[in-house]
Amino acid sequence: MNRQIPPKKNGGSRFPARKSRPCLFLLGAGVLLLGLIFTHAHVRRHSDISSIHRLATVVEKLELTDLALFTEARYTRHPSQADLYSAFQDHPTSLEHFPMGSIAAPSAALRRLHGKVD
Amino acid sequence: MARWIEKYRSILDFTLSSLVRRKGKNLSLLVVYVLVVFMLGSAMFLTEAMKREASLVLKGAPEMVIQRLLQGRYDPIPMSYLEKIRGIRGVISAEPRLWGYIYDSAIGANYTLMVPRNVALPSGEIMIGNGISRRRMIYSKDMMSFNLSNGSSRVFTVRDVISPESELVSADLVLLSEGDFREIFELPSTHATDLVVKIRNPKELVTVAKKVMELLPDTRPIIRDEMVRTYDSVFDWRGGIVTVLLMMALLAFVILAWEKASGLSADEKREIGILKAIGWETSDVIAVKAYEGLLISFFSFTVGILLAYGHVFFFSAALFAPAMKGWSVLYPDFRITPFVDPYQVAVLFFLTVVPYTVATIVPSWRAAIVDPDSVMRS
Amino acid sequence: MIKLLNVRKGFNLGRPNEFVAVDGVTLSMEANRVTVLKGPSGSGKTTLLSLIGCMARPTSGRIILQRGLPREYLFPNGGDTTEVEVTSLPERFLTEIRRRTFGFIFQQFNLLKGITVLENVMLPAFPLGEKHGVVKKRALALLEMFGLSGRALAKVEWLSGGEAQRVAIARALMNNPPVIIADEPTAHLDSKLSSAFMEIIARLKDQGKTAIIASHDPLVFEAKMVDRVISVRDGMLEGDTA
Repeated sequence: MNRQIPPKKNGGSRFPARKSRPCLFLLGAGVLLLGLIFTHAHVRRHSDISSIHRLATVVEKLELTDLALFTEARYTRHPSQADLYSAFQDHPTSLEHFPMGSIAAPSAALRRLHGKVD
Repeated sequence: MARWIEKYRSILDFTLSSLVRRKGKNLSLLVVYVLVVFMLGSAMFLTEAMKREASLVLKGAPEMVIQRLLQGRYDPIPMSYLEKIRGIRGVISAEPRLWGYIYDSAIGANYTLMVPRNVALPSGEIMIGNGISRRRMIYSKDMMSFNLSNGSSRVFTVRDVISPESELVSADLVLLSEGDFREIFELPSTHATDLVVKIRNPKELVTVAKKVMELLPDTRPIIRDEMVRTYDSVFDWRGGIVTVLLMMALLAFVILAWEKASGLSADEKREIGILKAIGWETSDVIAVKAYEGLLISFFSFTVGILLAYGHVFFFSAALFAPAMKGWSVLYPDFRITPFVDPYQVAVLFFLTVVPYTVATIVPSWRAAIVDPDSVMRS
Repeated sequence: MIKLLNVRKGFNLGRPNEFVAVDGVTLSMEANRVTVLKGPSGSGKTTLLSLIGCMARPTSGRIILQRGLPREYLFPNGGDTTEVEVTSLPERFLTEIRRRTFGFIFQQFNLLKGITVLENVMLPAFPLGEKHGVVKKRALALLEMFGLSGRALAKVEWLSGGEAQRVAIARALMNNPPVIIADEPTAHLDSKLSSAFMEIIARLKDQGKTAIIASHDPLVFEAKMVDRVISVRDGMLEGDTA
């Protein structure tokens, strides 16, 4: 009945090391990796900033007003230039029927400024 | 001090043994939890990075754009407005801008046609954005035709493809000469799409905008700040998909917390009784539960955040791409620069770790204050 | 060494289901003796045991631990009397005294399932903050003593009844308490294992320990190493061989 447990490798002891050791190690690693996120972000921002500046130069040269992210319709291609009454601005809080509308909310800033004009 | 550390480390040992016992339950909990943090974290990283990038990129946008409104929509603006605007004090220059959309039935995509004022293009030649080039497989020196407003079509030679580096702003652009633009859209030379205005002192922007509206009541000035703010709200973490995700996450938490708070199993209660009976204090028992909650939520948070970071900044938020692309045929290929807001990460940390840990501790509290002799009585 | 003065313990007092489990017991017990509390179930012997073991407080009356217990157990932080009235101590001190003075063996053994035998034995030492290595060595020595070395890493649900019982005893001895308290320890054991249990108690007595056992099993109260049998009925003392 007595089942003999084979010896374990660690330090010649046949008993496993304390469970808290790998756990504390993992905790430390977790904190370190979280810190690494910020370091990595910092480094890459540093290396990307020049290309962002070049983008800004293109925008300036071509007198662009928007990002070419959502090309499905004119008011999503140029949300900052969209007229107040196009879809997606039918109602200040309505969600757009285009899929991108689930990401983009109507622009409050636009509505605020043009409250006077409407 | 050493004793105190040894005590809590021993309790941690026991907590881990105890967690390992319910491997299946705790692992599935961890997986669900990681998923929630991953989704929320991805949405948070993506929106924050896009917002910050948009604000940096759009620094180069025109200070003020003036549209003309007709029947509530924007309409070509008469060139005669230029003189009136140039007469406003504080205005350095006012120039017409020519741009519009054209639908390409070959791939079902919308292009943005634009006349660059600073690049002279000969008639019959165009420059196209890398998105179009990639999608239509059209390169420098190739031909490309567009349908004109009158039904006929015209062929253009591609002079160049706009640098892929600027795809984020130029993926769907077609640059062409003013003459060609007016021909395609049959736009008379008395009109432009809109006007761009330069102003001497940025502080006077709003004053000038008001003057424009007074002078030309059918116009609508859009200042650069608004363009940037548009993207602030487009990528607002409270908006759109993030709200939906947040709701789902909250729901998941409520279910988890409910499951926890609705009480410990009889087994768990008995165990707490045994620990009390063999000399553990109430605070020791609660420490076990606190460790349990903290370990699970901390590791879930860490793994979830790391995965989210990799997802957004190494894989360009591939999982969100379907939503981002929507029905767009052209989508810019760009690398997202990691703008990470530590404040947001901290908020997510507290939103995930604290409620879960509290939900773990509270029900065990009630069980832990039982008299140590309860196991003998049962 | 342990004195009970007119101790009374009631449950659900003031409510319709109130009952008095221990009713005015006065008793004093000597060190290094094996005492058995005998009585039918519901006689109040388990309640009496938990009062003696500082697990519960009496409704009225006094319980005094006195000379015969090593001083460092009673006053780990120093103190100048050798007599302590546990009934007036705050919870924290009571727990401290309990875990240094008493080792408990329960009717169901109450081992924690899913963790190893070794961990079960080490558990009572965890809140004391002793060095892990020291605690582990002591636990292994105890398992060795009970012939359980080979089972140290087994989960408790794999143990036979006799093994589980010995693990429970090893756990009770973990903090090296001078007093062992056992509640119906033979209730789930056959005669052979019951006698084996009493042998272990005899051994512990030889090592200078005191044992207080609640049982209605003749194998226990008729065993030769038992020094004193106290009969309990309806919460009151009925007979005493001392």
